Amino acid sequence: MGARKKNRPSQEVNAGSMADIAFLLLIFFLVTTTIASDKGILNILPPKIDPNVPPPDIQVNERNIFTILINANDQLLVEGEYSDTKNLDVKVKEFILNFGNPTDDEAVQLFNALPPSLKALAKRLPESSDDPGEAVVSIKTNRGTSYETYLEVFDLVKKAYFDIYAARVNLETDEYRALTGKDDAEVSLQDRGKEGIPMAISIAEPDKLGGN
Amino acid sequence: MSKFKKKPKAEPGISTASLPDIVFMLLFFFMVTTVLREQDILVEQRIPSATQLQKLQKKTLISYIFIGKPKNTALYGVEPRVQANDALLDASAIRQWVNQERDMLPEADRGLITISIKADKEVKMGPISDVQSELREADARRVLYASIGKVQKD
Repeated sequence: MGARKKNRPSQEVNAGSMADIAFLLLIFFLVTTTIASDKGILNILPPKIDPNVPPPDIQVNERNIFTILINANDQLLVEGEYSDTKNLDVKVKEFILNFGNPTDDEAVQLFNALPPSLKALAKRLPESSDDPGEAVVSIKTNRGTSYETYLEVFDLVKKAYFDIYAARVNLETDEYRALTGKDDAEVSLQDRGKEGIPMAISIAEPDKLGGN
Repeated sequence: MSKFKKKPKAEPGISTASLPDIVFMLLFFFMVTTVLREQDILVEQRIPSATQLQKLQKKTLISYIFIGKPKNTALYGVEPRVQANDALLDASAIRQWVNQERDMLPEADRGLITISIKADKEVKMGPISDVQSELREADARRVLYASIGKVQKD
């Protein structure tokens, strides 16, 4: 009799915990999967040109403009020199923080408030920018320039600015960029990073070369 | 004798009680990961990569515009085209499209409309700048160059 009982169909596995396991997995996937990313590089276009108002004639010293030209073969001319994208962000950073000839007291105060790592970048060259408030980075392309190269250069210029902003508020660049301004603390961090150093990136109208 | 007969009987059926759970799990998984796209993409999309990506706080403000070589080259040719909503647009129609998109937003947010440009890597700057100048005309000046994260090599 006892021997027969042993061969009976075994007990059913308890399925009560199955739901828990399922929920655990569900939560795992919920946390790990990223839904269609809406990430990108933000650019603010200049306002439209009013045909009735002549464009303002702004005199900017050539030394305050950091020109990057990209031709239809995706070659770069940075400040008049043939170059590539390597170290472009460092060059831009040095240009912005050059402090060659600070125009007013505010720029001097700005310089004094910078962390030492950024102060070290200020080479005070006479042929580079006067102060960050004056500095403009200009990117000009041909119509035949590939979008990929343009975005790479734009990305590096943005990186230079974000590096500076992040260093001013003692954050990593990634941390600073992740700030969305959803509460007051984030907004104040963002503002402290940006203060006095506007992100002046000018995208010139591409000329007709090498494209349609 | 009876011992031999009993053997085939002793198959414990696998419990199917958890099957609904598994099915629900899969269902949820696919619900979460699939992108609901109400539009067919008619142009090629190989999004370039970049490092300095930013996320927008409000996704409702984003409208998408796709630029690339048409997939159906027999019908639309090989030149890069602009797609918004479900159809290929001419550059001149972009302004109207922007205004339509803007009208769908609540009034307080209309100035903050952001156009996400999803452009193929191979596109040249010519079509991009045409789109940008139209966006300037339409006063939709916030532009997001959609890109994917790049692994930084140091």
